[in-house]
Amino acid sequence: MEERRYRSASGVPIALRCLQHSASCRELAVRCPRLQLRSLSAVTSAVWLAAYGLFVLSENSMVLSAAIFFSLIGLIIYLHFVKIDQESLLVIGSLGIQVTSSYASGKESTTFIEMGRVKDVVINEAIHMQKVIYYLCILLQDPGDPQGVSEVVPLFQSSKPRLDCLIEVYKSCQEILEQTKTAPQSN
Amino acid sequence: MVLKIFFPSCCSSAESGVLVGRWISEQSSAVILAVLHFPFIPAQVKQYLSEVQRVTKVGVSVLGSWSNSKQEKEESLSEFFQDLGIIFSHEPWIQISKEGDSKFWSCSTLQKHFDHPKEEEIILVYYDQRKVMLSHLHPPLDMAPSADHRADDASKLAAIFDTVAKSKVLFLTDRYDEGPIKLTHWQSDGVEASILVELMKQASVPACMLLTFLLSLVSGVCRSRVLKLWPLSFLWSKLSTCEQLGHRLQHLQVISSNKKAQNQAQLMRKANIFVSLLIDVALGVLLVSWLYRKNRIGHLADTLIPVADHVAEELQDLLQWLMGAPAGLKMNRALDQVLGRFFLYHIHLWISYIHLMSPFIEMILWYVGLSACLGLTVALCILSDIIALLTFHIYCFYVYGARLYCLKIYGLSSLWRLFRGKKWNVLRQRVDSCSYDLDQLFIGTLLFTILLFLLPTTALYYLVFTLLRLLVVVVQGLIHLLVDLIDSLPLYSIILRLCRSYRLAAGVKFRVLEQQDGKPLRLLMQINPLSYGSVVQTYRLPTYSCYPKDSWTSLCKKLFLGELIYPWKHKGEKQD
Repeated sequence: MEERRYRSASGVPIALRCLQHSASCRELAVRCPRLQLRSLSAVTSAVWLAAYGLFVLSENSMVLSAAIFFSLIGLIIYLHFVKIDQESLLVIGSLGIQVTSSYASGKESTTFIEMGRVKDVVINEAIHMQKVIYYLCILLQDPGDPQGVSEVVPLFQSSKPRLDCLIEVYKSCQEILEQTKTAPQSN
Repeated sequence: MVLKIFFPSCCSSAESGVLVGRWISEQSSAVILAVLHFPFIPAQVKQYLSEVQRVTKVGVSVLGSWSNSKQEKEESLSEFFQDLGIIFSHEPWIQISKEGDSKFWSCSTLQKHFDHPKEEEIILVYYDQRKVMLSHLHPPLDMAPSADHRADDASKLAAIFDTVAKSKVLFLTDRYDEGPIKLTHWQSDGVEASILVELMKQASVPACMLLTFLLSLVSGVCRSRVLKLWPLSFLWSKLSTCEQLGHRLQHLQVISSNKKAQNQAQLMRKANIFVSLLIDVALGVLLVSWLYRKNRIGHLADTLIPVADHVAEELQDLLQWLMGAPAGLKMNRALDQVLGRFFLYHIHLWISYIHLMSPFIEMILWYVGLSACLGLTVALCILSDIIALLTFHIYCFYVYGARLYCLKIYGLSSLWRLFRGKKWNVLRQRVDSCSYDLDQLFIGTLLFTILLFLLPTTALYYLVFTLLRLLVVVVQGLIHLLVDLIDSLPLYSIILRLCRSYRLAAGVKFRVLEQQDGKPLRLLMQINPLSYGSVVQTYRLPTYSCYPKDSWTSLCKKLFLGELIYPWKHKGEKQD
């Protein structure tokens, strides 16, 4: 189990962890930086200062309680629905690929794609805002057309690792996918 | 290919025996359903399994051996198991052995057709038998249309869920039964039966029959010829309360039918309709009890007449404003006075009519309010109908203003063509040039000028009344949207997703358990529940929803030309 440091597309440091559970099962987890106390206190004090300024202008104490209430609700919503702590990819040869995102509040959202639906795992380019970034994606097989692709599932969307990290993940995945593709022929 | 063994977590502590389950050769996976203990007679086992296969249509067979030894490995048993492999002749013969309380089991397979044992990787997947049996796997929404034979190889998980769900009959044997076959599998620890639930189950059949009889009576009365006479049928089609009551009647008919639900979708639909009706009636009764306490309905009736008077007075003020110089615009005095007096007279008629009705309002409202017991949706529809009735004069004014304006616009466009020397050819549906006489041209131009200079006055009246009408339409539309929401929300499915989330499965998720070198890979398969959005989308109840008939551009075009607009269209309404 090694943990290597990389950078994301926007420059923040991220860490990649590779775990080999067995010959055909690998787990690759990308950990995003945690919520900084600095930014949290900066946002909270800005909101409360603005609310205090409004209170001084309007002499209505409801503004203060509303500000406290909304900042609490906003923090809970941010931690539960927006801030992703870790994104992981579990590749089990002959079963499928599982993509998990864990949020800062502990919630985990998982999707499992069966191996029969997976056509390939590739690195693709995209234009994101003013940059061109690389991203890893799973190509799903079109049931009607053996050469066609029905859907593209992008991975690591929140941490957006750079090409060097993506190449590591790509190589690990391809090793297992090759095993799966060659195994039925040997039977 | 990698061999996958799906092992039920409830059999982890079972005594030694043979493994009973289904072998899916295309995926090289074995779904273990139960463990059969010693002593047994192989012939009886084979007979029992063929019976189970006949009933459940699932290919159940003996797949391998399971040894759970508390002490050190017993040598004699391994040879015994290999002999069993010859008796039951299954390819490949799976052997799982557990030593003491160790978590890490050793699995091996015996292939008779190959001389050398292939070093095949084995994955051991634990699953919760009860949850997988009860859950219903929902295919991804984009895959649903391709429901042909290709769907078989598309979802391997569906095969596993199917196997466990169909083998319910296998799970009915009890571990305390004294029979030749002793199985270990998921057992229900006895269902707590309450007397109320049993009584309700017994009473439900006659209750359903009674309800069906009553409903047939009611629908027979509704369909009678008397109610289909012209004025009444027109009235029923315009009142939204009648539509809502008809809709609820349909729902009641669905619930009270004595045909059992064929599949999951129908069962969920029935349950959703039942819960929705129950909540609706409960909220309606709550509303009625709140309204009738402290005679609030009397107060409401007392304020109704002053409100209608107030609205009429405001309209009169508005018309006086229009008859003067509204917003500084200069109107044509004569036309202004005519239109203004015409509308004022109507308002006068309306106020007299309301005052005529005022002694009866309280009683009518009292009885109509009682019908809110039938449900909150019915109460909201009644509210919408009352608003429509109270603002009937606004609707009339809008129709007058729109017709006048529409006539003017058509006249203007036709005379404009005459002005330029053209004519509308009705046969060819196009504009052709035409030579007019001098008299025709003279009269036409005169009329055109008159209509053109009278346009601002008519247009202003039309604008004011259209805005008022649109306001009323928007309020009614909001009420109908709320009614639609209550009608179509699948409450039972949402509560099921909240409390028993494993029943509605979007897929599975795997968790990697502790590993040990040399032992097979251990995974735990859990059910991934459906998200709330997909639950609502899948199980939405169909309604006679009202949705906008026209797009924005056609609506604007109609407003400009002065055509009458009826923005909300109900599904099933005849196109006019």
